[in-house]
Amino acid sequence: MHNYTIAELVKGLQSKQFSSVELTQHFLSRISQFNDQYNAVITVTADQALQAAQLADQRLAMGSAPALCGVPLLHKDIFCTKGVRTSCGSKMLDNFIPPYNATVVENFEQAGVVMLGKTNMDEFAMGSSNETSFYGPVKNPWATDCVPGGSSGGSAAAVAGRLAPGATATDTGGSIRQPAALCGISGLKPTYGRVSRWGMIAFASSLDQAGPMARTAEDCALLLNCMASFDDKDSTCVDRDVPDYSASLNKTVKGLRIGVPKEYFSEGLHPGTEAAVKKALADLEAQGAELVEISLPNSDLSVPAYYVIAPAEASANLSRFDGVKYGYRCENPKDLQDMYCRTRSEGFGEEVQRRILIGTYCLSAGYYDAYYGKAQQVRKLIEQDFVNAFKDVDLIVGPTCPSPAFKFGSKGDDPVAMYLEDIYTIATNLAGLPGMSVPCGMVEGKPVGLQIIGNYFDEARMLNLAHQFQQVTDWHTQAPEGIS
Amino acid sequence: MNWETVIGLEVHVQLATKTKIFSAASTRFGAEPNTQACAIDLAMPGTLPVLNEQAVHYAVMFGLAIDAEIGQTSVFERKNYFYPDLPKGYQTTQLEKPIVGRGAVAIQLADGSTKSIRIHHAHLEEDAGKSIHEGELPHGSSGVDLNRAGTPLIEIVSEPDMRSIEEAVAFAKKLHSIVTSIGICDGEMSQGSMRFDVNVSVRPMGTTKLGTRTETKNLNSFKFMEEAIEKEVERQIDVIEDGGTIRQETRLYNGDTKVAKAMRSKEEANDYRYFPCPDLLPVIVSDETIEALRRALPELPDARQERFVEQYALSTYDAGVLSSDASTASFFETVATNCGNPKLAANWIMGELSAALNNAGLGFADSPVSADQLAGMVARIADNSISGKMAKQVFEAMWQGEGNADEIIDAKGLKQVSDSGALEKIVTDVLDANPAMVEDFVNSDENKRKKKLGGFMGQIMKASKGQANPQQVNQILLQKLNELL
Repeated sequence: MHNYTIAELVKGLQSKQFSSVELTQHFLSRISQFNDQYNAVITVTADQALQAAQLADQRLAMGSAPALCGVPLLHKDIFCTKGVRTSCGSKMLDNFIPPYNATVVENFEQAGVVMLGKTNMDEFAMGSSNETSFYGPVKNPWATDCVPGGSSGGSAAAVAGRLAPGATATDTGGSIRQPAALCGISGLKPTYGRVSRWGMIAFASSLDQAGPMARTAEDCALLLNCMASFDDKDSTCVDRDVPDYSASLNKTVKGLRIGVPKEYFSEGLHPGTEAAVKKALADLEAQGAELVEISLPNSDLSVPAYYVIAPAEASANLSRFDGVKYGYRCENPKDLQDMYCRTRSEGFGEEVQRRILIGTYCLSAGYYDAYYGKAQQVRKLIEQDFVNAFKDVDLIVGPTCPSPAFKFGSKGDDPVAMYLEDIYTIATNLAGLPGMSVPCGMVEGKPVGLQIIGNYFDEARMLNLAHQFQQVTDWHTQAPEGIS
Repeated sequence: MNWETVIGLEVHVQLATKTKIFSAASTRFGAEPNTQACAIDLAMPGTLPVLNEQAVHYAVMFGLAIDAEIGQTSVFERKNYFYPDLPKGYQTTQLEKPIVGRGAVAIQLADGSTKSIRIHHAHLEEDAGKSIHEGELPHGSSGVDLNRAGTPLIEIVSEPDMRSIEEAVAFAKKLHSIVTSIGICDGEMSQGSMRFDVNVSVRPMGTTKLGTRTETKNLNSFKFMEEAIEKEVERQIDVIEDGGTIRQETRLYNGDTKVAKAMRSKEEANDYRYFPCPDLLPVIVSDETIEALRRALPELPDARQERFVEQYALSTYDAGVLSSDASTASFFETVATNCGNPKLAANWIMGELSAALNNAGLGFADSPVSADQLAGMVARIADNSISGKMAKQVFEAMWQGEGNADEIIDAKGLKQVSDSGALEKIVTDVLDANPAMVEDFVNSDENKRKKKLGGFMGQIMKASKGQANPQQVNQILLQKLNELL
């Protein structure tokens, strides 16, 4: 059952081939059996899941249940779940039980989706390897001595390891696409404002966006249909109709103009990754798409701009974790200052503290113009690069990340080397554009991701291309060793 | 040396919206601690602000009332600092692009002159919660009440245009008058609805360079503000005259103990690291909205004062007092219209009623004597049914809740005798009964006669049991006595 795609599970549930309870039990038992290998799931909500599955079965029996009714999913532990611990991968929130659901969680709950539990992640979504989690690193199902990517590494590994057919994730600088690439699954970061951020614990508010992870583009479309909604609780959410993302999957890609940014194939790109991506481009060309070389001249500025803007926003977003109201508080504070200092020094990990310091520095009097002000100007330039490119092309395609999954600890001493993991993904967050990653090859037994970047609110076209690519390739159907 | 005082004010005005600026929690004052703080006010993880449109409209109304430029695109920023009553660790406020730009407020001074105080800008922001300390640490405890957190405020920042305590108080009162008249603030100072930060500096009279200023924060009454400025001006002059220099610092003044002290110096001040709040879009106010709000803007205090002078023939001073805030003005207008004698109505409201309300610590809105009741009484004075002296009894009885003027007049038998036949008889009887007094009167010179009239009046009023119309009695008495000369 765990090898079925979500589309197949939906058919099976609606045709009573199996029940949601059976399906839920199956995935729960897989989690209890295999999660130790991956450390992908940090909270399992078994009782709650079985109750939800029973309700879903009742709705299915009555007919007219929503498409995803009865399908089990995992939620990244960044989404607030009513009554269920939401830690954001941090000691700071190890004891935090929200009294509300994130809109994303609520949308799935309304649709009858069954939550199996919560997935591991880099602390406060800050990381590209899942090594910063308070709950320990997640292991890549393709090579358990390698990282799964981050920050949504738990969701990606869980889907790759068949612990769930799909999972929610978030992407601030590549946190959906990079782990999807490294774990050989499909993941989509929608246009900024497409999915509500209500109840999603903020890292960098102007960049954060939630999206789905699953094994196929078709499944991502199904999940996005439910995730995307206008929400008046999020002022940055865009009031715009949600199209049926499944409806356009089968359109032909013939004549589609695909931009290939030359800056994405320069120094630093692993030759194996490059070869796989070029092969994928050739496959798309063979399907009738037209490849156009384009330039995104300010690409090299995206990492530095991002590492000013994201920490700046984070430094303010994380100020609320002060030991006063909820979450971790240090033992026996001797005064207010001591409580603040020790609560935050003990409650936050090293990478989170590093980014709070960077952000605080960038916003300080005398440095603001040189850092934050300049970074915002760069952001505009990067946005303009894409606006110009999309005058000529329909989609942009390139590698998701520079190389396949790397070994634990191999970039631990050098934050900048880690930050360069997101060199191809960050620009779309800065521009607010949608992007996705689909598997397109293998290097040294580890998956390679193909990145597809769309114009604003053009998720349907991205999904269409990805789905068509998956009609002629089988990278997305491959499973890590040991999974049958 | 003669010193000139320079004062600028920052005034926090709580807006009278039902709900908070970024959440749906109630802004009602006085609830049990933390019962009016929702997940957003508590800064729970993942919560997001949604701007209260009414707060924006109120801020625009203030801008229109002071004839200011309206910031059609204003931007919320985060002001970062840690404090337990600031749940997010930043205050959402406006800095670079405030919703209200430059404007001006005219104040009237005691000598009858007016002065224009420039407003630098006014911006929208959220209020913080309150820290509550019980007992002394380490055995005491500190708590936080977040009911107030997220209450919408406008902070009005003046230019340093005031040159005396009188001007500062007049400006503060004028702002109070404006915001209550347009209905954007309840004006309840004791509940913190208006709070003042005063920036004070002194300089030798005749010089133009501003002295180093200090800021005394969070004064919540006109009286405390006056006291705080007075103390600070004295302190600064003393320091300078003793050869010292003024430190730029933030100060606190305790109105109860009358003690002022330094809180922190400029060097210790926070770097607030302002930056635009990414959770909120820029606030766009359309021309249509501005025009609609302009059309709906209630009468402003200055216009109302002018109208009171015209319509009710009041002195400028009386009109100023009665038009200062919306509830006083509407009280006056009801009394004046219903009794038909605006001047008399004004005297009673500014005299007896204001004194009684002041003593009881009440506002016009909570007056135990309603405007209709007072009008009923003033009407009886105006038509000579009762004397001013009787009216005081009637007023006292109404205040005690004994009913309307007419009921009380009947019940107490306070009807004034104005029938000239009856009055003549009383006067004649009293003169006949006191021949010695009459003799004495006739034999006195003109100056002494005037003084002796009072004796006759007393006898007559006594004989009439206080009900004789004093003006009429006076006339009749004079006439009768003159006949004897």
